[in-house]
Amino acid sequence: MASHNLKHALFCAIVTLIISYPILGFNLESQGIDVTLEGAETSTVLGVLLAAVIVFLFQLFRDNVMGSLRQLPAVNPLANRKPMEQSKRLKLESTLLTLMVIGALIWPFIASRGAVDLATLVLIYIMLALGLNVVVGLAGLLDLGYVAFYAVGAYTFALLSQYYGVSFWFALPIGALLAALFGLVLGFPVLRLRGDYLAIVTLGFGEIIRILLNNMTSLTGGPNGIGGIPDPTLFGMEFGRRVKEEGNTSFHETFGIAYSGEHKVIFLYLIALVLAVITAIAIRRLMRMPVGRAWEALREDEIAAKSLGLSRTAVKLSAFTIGAFFAGFAGTVFASKQGFISPESFVFLESAIILAIVVLGGMGSQMGVILAAIAVTILPELAREFSEYRMLIFGAAMVLMMVWRPQGLMPMRRIHIELKRQE
Amino acid sequence: MLEVQNLSMRFGGLLAVDQVSLDVQEHEIVAIIGPNGAGKTTVFNCMSGFYKPTGGKILFEGREIQGKPDYKISRLGLVRTFQHVRLFGRMTVVENLLVAQHRHLNTNLLAGILKTPNYREKEQKSLDRAAYWLDRVGLTELANREAGNLAYGQQRRLEIARCMVTEPKLLMLDEPAAGLNPAETKDLNQLIISLKEDYNVSVVLIEHDMSLVMDISDRINVINQGRPLASGTPDEIRRNDDVIKAYLGEA
Repeated sequence: MASHNLKHALFCAIVTLIISYPILGFNLESQGIDVTLEGAETSTVLGVLLAAVIVFLFQLFRDNVMGSLRQLPAVNPLANRKPMEQSKRLKLESTLLTLMVIGALIWPFIASRGAVDLATLVLIYIMLALGLNVVVGLAGLLDLGYVAFYAVGAYTFALLSQYYGVSFWFALPIGALLAALFGLVLGFPVLRLRGDYLAIVTLGFGEIIRILLNNMTSLTGGPNGIGGIPDPTLFGMEFGRRVKEEGNTSFHETFGIAYSGEHKVIFLYLIALVLAVITAIAIRRLMRMPVGRAWEALREDEIAAKSLGLSRTAVKLSAFTIGAFFAGFAGTVFASKQGFISPESFVFLESAIILAIVVLGGMGSQMGVILAAIAVTILPELAREFSEYRMLIFGAAMVLMMVWRPQGLMPMRRIHIELKRQE
Repeated sequence: MLEVQNLSMRFGGLLAVDQVSLDVQEHEIVAIIGPNGAGKTTVFNCMSGFYKPTGGKILFEGREIQGKPDYKISRLGLVRTFQHVRLFGRMTVVENLLVAQHRHLNTNLLAGILKTPNYREKEQKSLDRAAYWLDRVGLTELANREAGNLAYGQQRRLEIARCMVTEPKLLMLDEPAAGLNPAETKDLNQLIISLKEDYNVSVVLIEHDMSLVMDISDRINVINQGRPLASGTPDEIRRNDDVIKAYLGEA
């Protein structure tokens, strides 16, 4: 046992050295037109060696370390408490949620402009993740091209405003419906696919949309993107310093207050908040409806679902369509917030991040997904000083999550249904 | 009400089912028996629309249903269970029963999101029906457990309850007693008879447990190597020499 451990530990330490020394231990220096290879500073080399020693020691005493970690739940006073009663928990949950929403409503008036701007982005991600949660978490259809529908929503608003001068409020439902239509159309060819195959095809669709946007230069401006997307208005009141469109008035003049750029940021934040809340409530209802149960049934056992008269076509398409609908919502808000969009914003990495949010939060769990969206969007901003290591930290966090909480931050809970007693 | 005429099913070079005919009258329990690999489940799969038969006709209430998609056949009132229980494992027991009732709950999305009175009423009805059947199969206490965590016998009963909430006309049970202990088999026996007597459902079942088959069946069809071997009442089958040789064995 001990010799086995020693061998394993040595092996791990050597792998650490092999991987890190060539990367960190050498530097390329350019001298004129030549590039020479130089050894790194002693401190770096020492660091690499130290890392190897740490890996060696950890692997050697791994069983002890992990064993003592396993004792942790025993120390945790909350570990063995009884689960709260259903009615009590629901009450607590709804009060907490209401308080959170009220807090989120007041908060922008206290916080800084940058923070409110970031919070708007968080809300957009929450909408996206909640929508993808329907497709991946509930219906169990691994969709890697979700960003395509986000792009459709954003470009719908951008193009409509550019060519027809359509305002945000008209574009919002149109963008969402058009995205839903795309979801429906893209859903048809993938009806028969499951798992990995579905993932690859949807990945392809995501790329097709982006590349189309990139290359239809005459319509979308290609890589140059579309600028000058108007801000939303409040009953015909604009938030700019000067009124751009005839017939509109400006917000600060109507209310006789001094102009401030913050008004617009706060207004956008509030719109995003309202839409995110609507999204959450709508999907929460859908989950408790026959459609929602049908999604889950299809995820659990397709053959049994069909034997009970569920049409696979209808169930899958409805999941794709509804998921895409909310991505369209988010896209329209995004376009309005940025004022400028280009295909750059809709790369595969976005799909991956949204998927990561869903997985981190816990598939199917709304609260979990919301928490994860907040964490995944805000943490990189907080860790700006380590921006070089951002992806590294992100990856490490994912690995740790999968080890310790593979079911996500807050796994989905089944709804408890009270039945009337039979006499 | 159900008539299978000269059903054949060919997989490449293998003729799994060859010219099998059977019929089910209203208010009747019909068993299909035969050695393993005889093609019993294939016949079921053809009847429930999982396979498209390569020959023959299947008439349900006078309409040809062979080759129709499975979910449409199920909507006609021809519902089945599976040899290996297929529940929605990570959903609760009640939810399993609610999923099955989606057709009785077919309101539009908006009505559901806004919780209109009409929608609530329908939902309550399906909940009541679920509660009734849970009580009927003795799973009321476990209503909010995840179906995957139930004991095997309970899963079997839940699967039958899940079929019954769809209000079928004909129920097809594929080895319902497999993996049950003698006491559970006895309960199942009574349940199946009650389905026929109290709920006016016809039953087709595949089963290896001969005591169960002989007890409850009105008629029995024997299949051997894809071909029909004999059919008749339990007494006739018990005395049939061919059946004894191929399947029952000499006593």
